[in-house]
Amino acid sequence: MYQLLKQIARTGIKTEAPPHADEALRVVRQRLKAEILGFFAGALAIREVDAGSCNGCELEIHMLANPYYNLEALGMKFVASPRHADMLLVTGPVSRNMELALRRTYDATPEPKLVVAVGDCGCTGGIFGESYASCGRVANVIPVDVAVPGCPPTPIALLQGILTAITAGPSG
Amino acid sequence: MPVWHGKTDLGALRAVAEAIAGRGGRLASLWGADERDRGAGFALHAAFVMESVLIWLEVPLSRDRPVYPDLSDIFLPANRMQRGLRDLLGITAEGAADERPWLRHGAWRPDEHPLRRDLAPSGTNENRVESYPFVQVQGDGVHEIPVGPVHAGIIEPGHFRFSIVGEKVLRLEERLGYVHKGIDRRFEGMDVPDGARLAGRVSGDSTVAYAWACAMATESIAGVTPPPRGLWLRALFLERERIANHLGDLGYLGNDGGLAFGLAQFMRLKEDVLRVNARLFGHRYLMDRIVPGGVACDCDAAAADALAAQGIDLAREVRNLRDIYDDHAGLQDRFLTCGRLEPSLAAQLGVIGLAGRASGQSWDARVDPSHEPYDQLGVRITLARAGDVAARVAVRFDEIFESLRLVRVILEQMQSGPITVPVPDRLTGRALGWVEGWRGEVIVALDFEDGRIRRGHAHDPSWQNWPAIEHAVIGNIVPDFPLINKSFNLSYSGADL
Repeated sequence: MYQLLKQIARTGIKTEAPPHADEALRVVRQRLKAEILGFFAGALAIREVDAGSCNGCELEIHMLANPYYNLEALGMKFVASPRHADMLLVTGPVSRNMELALRRTYDATPEPKLVVAVGDCGCTGGIFGESYASCGRVANVIPVDVAVPGCPPTPIALLQGILTAITAGPSG
Repeated sequence: MPVWHGKTDLGALRAVAEAIAGRGGRLASLWGADERDRGAGFALHAAFVMESVLIWLEVPLSRDRPVYPDLSDIFLPANRMQRGLRDLLGITAEGAADERPWLRHGAWRPDEHPLRRDLAPSGTNENRVESYPFVQVQGDGVHEIPVGPVHAGIIEPGHFRFSIVGEKVLRLEERLGYVHKGIDRRFEGMDVPDGARLAGRVSGDSTVAYAWACAMATESIAGVTPPPRGLWLRALFLERERIANHLGDLGYLGNDGGLAFGLAQFMRLKEDVLRVNARLFGHRYLMDRIVPGGVACDCDAAAADALAAQGIDLAREVRNLRDIYDDHAGLQDRFLTCGRLEPSLAAQLGVIGLAGRASGQSWDARVDPSHEPYDQLGVRITLARAGDVAARVAVRFDEIFESLRLVRVILEQMQSGPITVPVPDRLTGRALGWVEGWRGEVIVALDFEDGRIRRGHAHDPSWQNWPAIEHAVIGNIVPDFPLINKSFNLSYSGADL
């Protein structure tokens, strides 16, 4: 136990300042009112859905929880069920074998809800495109508010996307 | 890389397979091709590993009745590969006990076969999901827990069907294929650079291993060999990929064992590795840094110093954390004897890679057969025989130290010189690449015709290792499943293709 406490003390606090929202990532105009966004900004519950990714995006989503980005310190956490979620963070391309599961997950998420599509494949279908096995981008299956490109997007880009989704747009 | 390629006829296939199995060989991959437009029928391709040689057998199959004898009684991992092959290409293993679909869930019809060249199924929009006959366990108090495809954590989708009594697992049946996105079909028509990019995205966590295997196959067709420095840099990238993944896994294993401290500490170290990758090589996961012909970026003296310094820090930090893990009674209580896979069962199941080495299976393509630069680095294999979560944790720790040593040797001994050689763009022919990724051996087989890929096949070690989890959880309690699953950490995307 002494070694463990020593390690914690020696490591210190690594958390860095979060990035700002980036309006360029917005796909549709902010649909939610500022009052609702105010609640989300303090306590956002995110359900991650891998709808067919190569798992590269998942690696970076995992990294959001590391001490440098410290997602939970920003009042955000990943939850185990869509029924607890305010936001779906969806990676793609959406495989046809996951299409129904993704629709059901979306339907199980209570309103008001937000969807952030993650990665080049989530945004456009990426290198996998549309085929007998792939529906392509996330927006082909469920409505998307914000799309974060990248292969995979860095944790900073992911944070920007999430923050953009819970920020009122320029026109309010 | 020593690959022996030959043709055999249908009648001899089982005898050859039995001979290979009898001499301690194993099935590495199974795929097929539609050769009807070349005036033939279909072809079955099987790759076996025997001693230090990869044996690549091609078996011509009839145009009208493409069947071959079942191999799953000789090599257990053949079961799912054969089912996937039937779903995708419509060639069938005759006499197989298990005839359920594997990759086809209902998105295309049973009589449509996406890898047939005369047919391009567009996918149905009917949202049809066919029911799947799981094996049922009967008895007093037995009930089922269905889990997935969308899981509670941030992991890839798949379905697990537990049959349990109380908390004890009697049987687990996996149902995968959810992330099937048509990768083998996608290869068709791609040129050299696009094929390499796609291979690097079969399983994101093994992007370096796949890119290397794809480059190896491409270069073999082109008849070119990258300059030594290019090959040594590839090994540098591959070992850093291994270190990054093992660090992440050790963090999550601590977390799943109830020690959140471990997650915070190891993910910090993993982030440090990724940041140095991004700074020195331009990508956190080193995607597209290995290209056919060599590598896309060099490592100058300042970069080498930074890598050496990080290696020293990592070795010290990981040694400290290993002491803390080893001394933590609560964690060891969760790790020891949990999810045991006996060496004899692992051999029977054909388990490979890291999970295999934790159950006494000493397969490692860096060692046997070796290839440049590993033939000059002398990789020391780590073996454990306990086959439990603790063994898979121990192998990861040891492999981090070994990879750090390899990186050090690479930085010290790497020759200067060019890092890439031109690859002609109008390639014709076929070849296979074989690389030991952090999870196990990765194989990419390519068939080029006039500069375009005619047939590409990627094989992930998860094909072999997924069935092992079904065995490792028997008799354990349900709450230990996440820990056992994480200790294998298999790829869904890599095996669903």
